[in-house]
Amino acid sequence: MTADTIVIVGTGQAGGWAAQTLRKEGYTGKIVLVGDEPHIPYERPPLSKAVLSGEAPAESTYLIKKEAFDELALDWRPGVRVTAIERAPRRVRLSEGEPIAYGKLILCNGGRARTLQVPGADLPGVHTLRNIEDARALGRALLPGKRLVVVGGGWIGLEVAATARRKGMDVTVVEAMHRLCERTVPSEISEYLSGLHAKHGTAVILGTGVSGFSRDARGMLTVSLSGGRELLCDAVVVGIGLIPNDELAREAGLECDGGVLVDAQCRTSDADIFAAGDVASWHCAWAGRRMRLESWQNAQEQGIAAARAALGLEVEHQPLPWFWSDQYDANLQIYGMPTPSHRVVVRGAPESDSFVLFYLDGNVVSAAVGPNSAKDLRFARRLIEQRKVIDPERLADPQVPMSKH
Amino acid sequence: MSNIEWTDAAAVDDVPEDDVIGMIVGGRDMALYNAGGEIFATDNICTHGQARLCEGFLDGHEIECPLHQGKFDVRTGQPTCAPVTEAIRSYPVKIEAGRVFLAIS
Repeated sequence: MTADTIVIVGTGQAGGWAAQTLRKEGYTGKIVLVGDEPHIPYERPPLSKAVLSGEAPAESTYLIKKEAFDELALDWRPGVRVTAIERAPRRVRLSEGEPIAYGKLILCNGGRARTLQVPGADLPGVHTLRNIEDARALGRALLPGKRLVVVGGGWIGLEVAATARRKGMDVTVVEAMHRLCERTVPSEISEYLSGLHAKHGTAVILGTGVSGFSRDARGMLTVSLSGGRELLCDAVVVGIGLIPNDELAREAGLECDGGVLVDAQCRTSDADIFAAGDVASWHCAWAGRRMRLESWQNAQEQGIAAARAALGLEVEHQPLPWFWSDQYDANLQIYGMPTPSHRVVVRGAPESDSFVLFYLDGNVVSAAVGPNSAKDLRFARRLIEQRKVIDPERLADPQVPMSKH
Repeated sequence: MSNIEWTDAAAVDDVPEDDVIGMIVGGRDMALYNAGGEIFATDNICTHGQARLCEGFLDGHEIECPLHQGKFDVRTGQPTCAPVTEAIRSYPVKIEAGRVFLAIS
């Protein structure tokens, strides 16, 4: 085990788990945790839900309590950016303070919210959501009786829409594609989501882009849509995806392609530098392709894996992709990567509140998705991981318990 | 622990083998587990999210939270898998005449 300093860049889910894991695995050397956020490591999922609505304080998102964090005895540098990686002398330059020499470097610096390149995108009242400060600012704008326009019908947009609707706002979601969450779920689930939002009185406009924003003297915003229509509102949130913060790695000459390229041991093209979480791109065996997996699970698991790899421990980061979203009272979960080539088997009624869609490769379940079916999906996970051959007819029958496949 | 107060929580047969049920006992939300024929009890609300463990997945002596798949050892309440880092409270159990009694206080 190296006695060298380990530097972790980024204090989100991945960075936080990397730091904890180093200590848990017995590393007693110096750990420097550098991140431009003022908070100790925290989880982002509640930022579009309980923290946004004000039901939970920001501190509730901390990965571990402050006392437990202090016990990790890290050299924590809040509000500090790494400005350059100097690979030959193996050190990082910081926005404040002396450069730090590293033995191993773990990049967990995530991404930033993509913004619209249209006039008015930077006006006051046009929000994005990535960190606690964003959630606080947007949360103050969620007022009963006021109007919110959500640009982007992906996960962030839909979760914010649901939260705002529950706060008594009049909400309209505008999505450029012809269905919701087009990039991540099959059309059956897009339809379920459309129905869910319609049921709760959220308007959804599909196949429509945004050409600009303007703001009048009273602070009211106008959203101009492709096709000429205009929406008047009090606040806007733009949720159109994430841009990985891979510039730091790229400028240091590490291999990048829409993210920092790593292998299943979280190693970049430099053997002393690892990457994990939203910024990292690796070959996901379950998807059969190289990708970044912007999920809570991946941030946690890859952060743990990168820390172990940095200590020279055996690592093979290939968790079955798992994702969930909470909207209104619905909990939607996805295991695996559904693709159009899969055969779909339905368990339960898709027009109901609870059903599971299985995506089959022959008679093997490759992926499963469904709302309000956590327990059935947990059994589905086992079928997927074990690549078990199943009987599709029995799988479709809700009378046959999931444990009996 | 001179005089332990035992609360009658359920019939042993109420807790299906290798599964978990949730119930309110003495005003507390509790999870009862049957792990290979032996009964264990813990608080029902995960120490990480606000999920009920009785809706989770019991694998041997480990209960997996349905929300984020953190795990606890049901015998001790100790966390065994991320993201949970804090133990959940576990309760002494005794079985008498086919009933499950818990020491809650």
